[in-house]
Amino acid sequence: MKKARVAYGGAIHDAFEHPAGLRLEDGRVLAEDAVVWLPPFEAGTIVALGLNYADHLKELSKELTVSSKDEPLVFLKSASTLIGHRGQTRRPRGVTFMHYECELAVVIGRNAKKVTRSEAMHYIGGYAVANDYAIRDYLENYYRPNLRVKNRDTCTVLGPWLVDSDDVPDPHHLALRAYVNGKVTQQGNTRDMVTDIPALIEYLTSFMTLAPGDVILTGTPEGVVNVNVGDEVVSEIEGLGRLVNTIVGDESFGRA
Amino acid sequence: MLQQSRGLGTIYGTLLNHADALAALGDQVQAAPYKAPPRAPILYIKPRNTVAGHGDPVVVPQGVPELEIGATLGVVIGTVACNVTESAALDHVAGYTVVNDISIPHDSYYRPSLRFKCHDGFCPIGPAVVARKLVSDPNCLAITVEVDDRVVFRARTDRLIRPVARLLADVTEFMTLRPGDVLMVGVAAHAPRARAGQRVAITIDGVGRLETPLVAERR
Repeated sequence: MKKARVAYGGAIHDAFEHPAGLRLEDGRVLAEDAVVWLPPFEAGTIVALGLNYADHLKELSKELTVSSKDEPLVFLKSASTLIGHRGQTRRPRGVTFMHYECELAVVIGRNAKKVTRSEAMHYIGGYAVANDYAIRDYLENYYRPNLRVKNRDTCTVLGPWLVDSDDVPDPHHLALRAYVNGKVTQQGNTRDMVTDIPALIEYLTSFMTLAPGDVILTGTPEGVVNVNVGDEVVSEIEGLGRLVNTIVGDESFGRA
Repeated sequence: MLQQSRGLGTIYGTLLNHADALAALGDQVQAAPYKAPPRAPILYIKPRNTVAGHGDPVVVPQGVPELEIGATLGVVIGTVACNVTESAALDHVAGYTVVNDISIPHDSYYRPSLRFKCHDGFCPIGPAVVARKLVSDPNCLAITVEVDDRVVFRARTDRLIRPVARLLADVTEFMTLRPGDVLMVGVAAHAPRARAGQRVAITIDGVGRLETPLVAERR
């Protein structure tokens, strides 16, 4: 099942996939653009992977001091950075390199502590598409990637749906694609993850308890390019959905 | 206890915001991998699994001889703070609390593993939030750390590179803080350490005393 949270007609609703767009829990069937899409669930801790695709690792290797042999490169984000499908993301005036990252989001379904690799997949509640923006102009060499790069308001797009794990028999065989203004700019497949999902869950739960609603953003393949005000950025994962986002400027946020 | 009160949001730490902590790095800040001192506030997140209350025992992971005790002031947000000015920043503060930002000792600030700061229980906080109006100057508070009732460390909040209001302004320029979020102002240099079996207490004058017994991990 694919489930969303949307605002419509003065209230917030659960919504489900429908050939005409979506169906609210009260039976109303609506077009995709008739509602405001929220992140599809209440996110807890958000763990993000840097450099979890071999090609992206190579793409950025000149500026990095890690190799794929090290422990997984993980950092944290807060739920305050999240927005839903068809939302707007702010590009501050004057920045030179702001890029999207299309990622598979793994959503934890039950408490997980010291989980072994062989048991790990049972702790997954569902999956979603994420677009985890970065503004590299703000990168500093402390606690990389620092929050000013990766945890900005509006800079993590999640949705449209939370897809039940039962409906995704093999999350390690999904095509990922990003489009800027309709043109494919990023392509990859989740089979190319350096550290796969059960290994990530085993690693993380070796020291921290993951709880329902916690999210693992599993990294992005190569093909990240700069985006500008006015661009429409679509992140798509096979079977999970198509997540649309638009880049807007400072003026939309009342910043002179 | 604070962790049981509804509405505890995200807990953020600020790296190297204490003048002594930055000074302790010396010339290292100019060398690789840092290559420059921090420009904007460098933040990190203590995720919800790390939250512990006053008196809650914290488990010292196996194979870790000592934990680093990061005694710091927590600024508790009261109203949504987005792109606030320095002069208005404190209006968004509900109050202050004591935070023990526990780490497994590590040398590098470049890209430290989550393992060092994110074990379950590694962020004791409390015992209470003291209202802002009861703390006349958050940039002039004495912090004391005791281990087994012996004072092992003293620091003050008057050595912050970004005092509380400036820090809130610079953080909310890129990231909105919401009611219940906690922003730690930064730990001082040469944080003390403690081991399993010891009892740690952090006191911030006028804000509270936060006690944390450290226990060994059971096999």
